[in-house]
Amino acid sequence: MRDVAIIGVGETEFGELWDRSFRDLGIEAGLKAIQDAKIASEDIDAIYIGNMSAGKFIDQEHVSALVADYAGLADHHLPTVRVEGGGACGAIALMQARLAIASGMYDIVVVGGAEKMTDVGDVQAAEILSSTADQEWESVFGATFAGLYAMMARRHMHEFGTKREQLAAVAVKNHKNGSLNPEAQFRKEITLETVLNSPMVADPLGLFDCAPLSDGAAAVILCAADRARKFTDMPVLLKGSGQASDYLALHDRRELTTMDATVVAGKRALQEAHLEPKDIQVAEVHDNFTISEILAIEDLRFVEKGKGGPATADGVTALNGKVSVNTSGGLKARGQPVGATGVAQAVEVVKQLRGDAGKRQVVGARWGLTHTLGGTGATAVVHIFERGD
Amino acid sequence: MNSGIVSYGAYIPRYRITPKVIGAVWGNDGEAMGRNLNIRAKSVPGPDEDVITISVEAARACMAKADLEPTDIGAIYVGSESHPYAVKPTATVVAEAIGSAPVLTAADFEFACKAGTAAIQTSMGLTLSKMMKYSLAIGSDTSQGAPGDALEYSASAGGAALLIGTDHVAAEIHHTVSYTTDTPDFWRREGQRYPSHGGRFTGEPAYFKHVINCAQLLFKRAGSQPQDYDYAVFHQPNGKFPVRAAKQLGFKDAQIDLGLCVRDIGNTYSGAIMVGLSAILDEADPGDRIFAVGYGSGAGSDGFDMTVTDEISKLRRNATPTVKQMIEDHEFIDYATYAKFRGKILLREA
Repeated sequence: MRDVAIIGVGETEFGELWDRSFRDLGIEAGLKAIQDAKIASEDIDAIYIGNMSAGKFIDQEHVSALVADYAGLADHHLPTVRVEGGGACGAIALMQARLAIASGMYDIVVVGGAEKMTDVGDVQAAEILSSTADQEWESVFGATFAGLYAMMARRHMHEFGTKREQLAAVAVKNHKNGSLNPEAQFRKEITLETVLNSPMVADPLGLFDCAPLSDGAAAVILCAADRARKFTDMPVLLKGSGQASDYLALHDRRELTTMDATVVAGKRALQEAHLEPKDIQVAEVHDNFTISEILAIEDLRFVEKGKGGPATADGVTALNGKVSVNTSGGLKARGQPVGATGVAQAVEVVKQLRGDAGKRQVVGARWGLTHTLGGTGATAVVHIFERGD
Repeated sequence: MNSGIVSYGAYIPRYRITPKVIGAVWGNDGEAMGRNLNIRAKSVPGPDEDVITISVEAARACMAKADLEPTDIGAIYVGSESHPYAVKPTATVVAEAIGSAPVLTAADFEFACKAGTAAIQTSMGLTLSKMMKYSLAIGSDTSQGAPGDALEYSASAGGAALLIGTDHVAAEIHHTVSYTTDTPDFWRREGQRYPSHGGRFTGEPAYFKHVINCAQLLFKRAGSQPQDYDYAVFHQPNGKFPVRAAKQLGFKDAQIDLGLCVRDIGNTYSGAIMVGLSAILDEADPGDRIFAVGYGSGAGSDGFDMTVTDEISKLRRNATPTVKQMIEDHEFIDYATYAKFRGKILLREA
C-alpha cells in the first residue's frame, strides 16, 4: 500500500446558516481546500463525499455528481462517490479515498463532507438523526437518539459512579475550546451551572449535554505521499485507519458502557500506525453527547475504563492537557453538520499538526487522531495522522 | 402637508394567564419560559370576545377621544390574522358600530403581525391624496398558539385603532418606509387552526433582519439618529426581541419602556405595535418624536417617523381607559378557564 498524505484543508463556518445552501457550503469548503493544496482542477482524480441524509434534509439525492458539477468540474467527468454511514460517513469517505490512493488507482482525491440540516424543523431533524439507530427495534418504540445515549450515561453513572458534573465538564471544556475557534457554531464559554441547569432532554442529559443541529461543510485533499512534497512543505500523513461495525441496536450490544466498535477501530488504526494511545497529543472525538466523549476517551484507551468522568473534570483532556481532546470545540461547540463531522475532525487535526491552530494550538503536536461514530456506535472510524516534516 | 394620527384608541381584554400556569399543564418550567420571553402574563379574550368586538371597542375608544363626524371616515381597514370569518369582513361591522356606514369603503387586511401598519400606510395615501377626509386603520388579533407550543406562552389578544387624516393631526407621520421579502418564518394555511413557525428561524433571518433594515432605512430617510426620539416602539412578539433590536439600533431603555406592553399582555400580533403606540400617545407631549417599526411574518417591516403636535392636548385622552389602566385592570384565570374561553374544550354538539 502506498502512503497517503493530506496536502490541503478547507472548512466553512458551522452554524444555523439560514442564507447558505448545501451547494454553497460544499463549494466553499472544497475550493478552500483546493486553494490550500495549491492544486489545479486537472490534478483531481476523484471526489468522495460524506453525507448522511441530503435526501431527507433537502430532498436531494445524488449529491456526488452535484458537488462535482457545482465545483465546476462537470467537464472533467470525474468519478464521484457519496458515502453514507450515519454520523461516520465523512470519516468513511476519508478511509475509502485513502484506500483508493493507496491502491495506486488515484493520486489526488478530494474528500468532502457536508450537511444542510436547518431547512427542516427541529422535530423532523431529530427524527432524521434517529434513523441511524434501529428503526424497527428502537425508533419505532419511541427511543430518540438522546434517549439511547442517556441510557449509556445512566449505566455509566451506575457502574462507575460518574457524576452529572463530570459529564457537564465535557461541555464546559469543549465550549472553552470552541471560543478559540473562529469557525465554531458556539464561540462562548459556559459554566458548569449552565450545563447542570439547562432544560432536561433525556435524563441525565440536559440541553447543554447535546450537540446542536448545524449546517456546514469541510474538505481535505488527499495525495499519494511520494507526490505530496510537490504541493506542500508540510504534508500530514494518514498513518493508520480503522473502521469497525457492531450491532445496530443498542440493546443487542455486549454492554452499554463500552463501544466495541470504537475499541476495535482504535486498535486497528493505532496498530497500523505502530503507536500507542499515549503517543497521541491531539484527538477529535465524536461528542454528539457529553457521555459519548467519556466513552470515547475510555474506549480509545486514553484513560482507564470508568475514569473518563474524573479525568475530564481534572483537565486530562483539556487544551494542552495529557491529550488535548476536541480542540475545535467538538461536535458540541464547533457544531454538528453530520456529514461534515469526520472530515471536519481531520481538518482540525491537520491544522494542529501543521501548527496552524491559532489560539487553540496544542504545543508540539506530532500525532493526532480522529474518532467518528455512526448511530449509537454501530459504526466507528479512527484515523491516525502524523506531521510529515 | 403631512398625514398623521388624528385620534387613537386601544382595547385589551381583561383576562390574563401567566406563563407559570401554562407551563404547569405541559410539565415545563413556565416561570423560566416567562423570564426567557420577558413576559409576565398574556391577555386572554373572554368567551364573547373576538377580533370584531376588539376592533369595535378600539374604534369606539378612538372616536370617543375626538369631536368628529363618523361619516367623515371614508375607509376602514382592519388588519388581523384572526378575523372571525374567512369570508365576510370585520371592517363592515366596525363601520356600522361607529356610524360610518354606508358611504365608505372597507376591507380586511392580512400580513401576519403587520396588517395594521399596512392599513396605516394605505390610509395615509388615501388622505394625502384627498380621496377622503379620514381613514381608520385597525390592528387587532385574538392570536392562536397551539396548546403546548412555545407560542402558547405569548399569543394573546388586543387591538388598536388609529384614525388617519391630514387635519387636526395629533401625531404627524413625516416618513414611512417598508422593507419586504419572501421569508417563510411563520404561517397558517387555510383551514388550519394553529400556525406553524420555523423556531429560531423566526429570529435572526426574519424579525431582526427586517426590523433592523427597515429602521436603518427610516433613519436615513428622516436624517435622524436614535437620540433624536423621545419614544421608540417595535413589533413585540415577546419582550426579548424588541429590546434586543432597540439596543442594536442604539436606543436606550427609557425610550422603549412605555411602548413595551408585551411584558404585561403578551403578543397581540396585529395589535402589538399599535397598542404600544397608543400607550405612548396616552402620555406623549407636543413636540415628542416617536420612532415605530412593526414586523409581520412572511415577512416585512413598516417604519414610521412621527412628531406629536399641539392637537394632542385637544384629544380627550381620558375619555376611555388608557392602555396603562387596561393593563392594570386585569383578572387572572387558570388553565381550565383559559381552555374554555379559547374553545379548546370539546363541547356537546347543539
